[in-house]
Amino acid sequence: MSPAISELVSTAHSPFTDPHVHVWGWEIPVYLFLGGFTAGIMVLSGWALWKGRRNLRPFRTTFALASSGLFILGLATISLGMLALFLDLGHKPYVWRLYLTMKPWSPMSWGAWILLLVYPVLAAGVLLDPPKALLRYAPALEPVVQWMEARPLVRHAVGFASIVTGVALGIYTGILLSALGARPLWSSGLLGPLFLVSGLSTAAAFAHWASPEPEERVHLAWLDNLFLSIELGLIGLLLIGLLTATEAHAEAARLLLGGPMTAVFWVGVVFMGILLPLVIQTLAVTHRIIHTPVAPILVMLGGLALRFVIVSAGQLSHWPRLS
Amino acid sequence: MARLGMVIDTRRCVGCMDCVVACKTENQTPEGMNRDWITYATEGRYPHLSTTIQSERCNHCDSPPCVTCCPTGASHVHEWGGVVLVTKGECIGCKACLASCPYDARYVHPDGYADKCTFCIHRVEKGEDPACVSVCPTRCMHFGDLDLPESEVSRLLASRQHHAVLPEAGTKPRIFYLE
Repeated sequence: MSPAISELVSTAHSPFTDPHVHVWGWEIPVYLFLGGFTAGIMVLSGWALWKGRRNLRPFRTTFALASSGLFILGLATISLGMLALFLDLGHKPYVWRLYLTMKPWSPMSWGAWILLLVYPVLAAGVLLDPPKALLRYAPALEPVVQWMEARPLVRHAVGFASIVTGVALGIYTGILLSALGARPLWSSGLLGPLFLVSGLSTAAAFAHWASPEPEERVHLAWLDNLFLSIELGLIGLLLIGLLTATEAHAEAARLLLGGPMTAVFWVGVVFMGILLPLVIQTLAVTHRIIHTPVAPILVMLGGLALRFVIVSAGQLSHWPRLS
Repeated sequence: MARLGMVIDTRRCVGCMDCVVACKTENQTPEGMNRDWITYATEGRYPHLSTTIQSERCNHCDSPPCVTCCPTGASHVHEWGGVVLVTKGECIGCKACLASCPYDARYVHPDGYADKCTFCIHRVEKGEDPACVSVCPTRCMHFGDLDLPESEVSRLLASRQHHAVLPEAGTKPRIFYLE
């Protein structure tokens, strides 16, 4: 018997949708990564502030949790992320239109407003322990700093706001994709928590690497291991969810399970970005090897690779037209 | 409010692409980009093969994901006929609507905004058919109010077997193909 034929020929040849959707290039994965990283910084540093932590050696503990250094870094990374997002826009002069409306069913609209909240919260984090250079160049900030310093509750409030805004930012970066149901790989609510946990993991990895406090580095390595384990579990749940849904979703999962994205996903994201750092950090915190930047760098590269893989594979996935 | 839709007879369509050319001419779509196109779907086992020819475009869905995901409201449902349109002066070119459309019916205009079939709303408001419908040499395309029982499109749907493209995507498309 001759083989069954199922062929679809289309005269459509839009450069954005044929042979498959490829509307987003490097800018969106980079933005999602930097947004998640900033969210992680905000949650971790916010938690440290909330717990009443105060860095006893201001200006020297640059990248310790709750230090202004991490908040300044957050301002830089979210700004770079927004620059990447801006570069992706096709109709750039109209970007201000985002702030003339609030569309409750559009995650991108939520994201635009969340990004607007992120800046004052990060700025408040900087002003809790501002670098001397900042006060030298902007002496007008001095009364604000003194006002904040005189009120311990402000420190807790900034911490709380930082946690809430960070969680919203981290989850939004995943929901942004999962709301686009036409791409089966993305249509899972698990992308929200997955990107949040990945963001927390990359931030913990960076702080583990950069923190000048030895005790804090050990805590952060343990914490990062916890985040990496949860991330691994969420990836497993995402794949199970896709494989047990419709054929379109199972086909999308197969892009990562034998399809064109398999190698980069399993080697780049799962092995190099999660499993290997898990082993290295476990050996480091149990004093079998010394702390090195290797594991944190792998975690951060893994977080970036996760965004590239999910964005690319999602654009490859589609609803099949023929039986 | 009218609920405009299209009914296309796949037994009559010969894939001549007059509809595609008429759309390009009427709407001055940029080079290399189309608002409508033809698909040839071949299925079966040799020698028992069948090919279905369909003229396709934006389905002007009743549940349009492109409208839901739009962060600025540029993609919207027009108050007259429920036609899905884009206000180019409000579009930021984020391309979320392109990613959200299971029919890949949109493209980014070289000027940066998202663009797509409008059901030739500028003609329809004057009482004319969309350009693609008006030029079809086999009269396989029909346009009208799906909510009006006595309209031609409603009568055709009531009397013939028909299907839509990807109804499983949950968008409730408003273009139907007679079998």
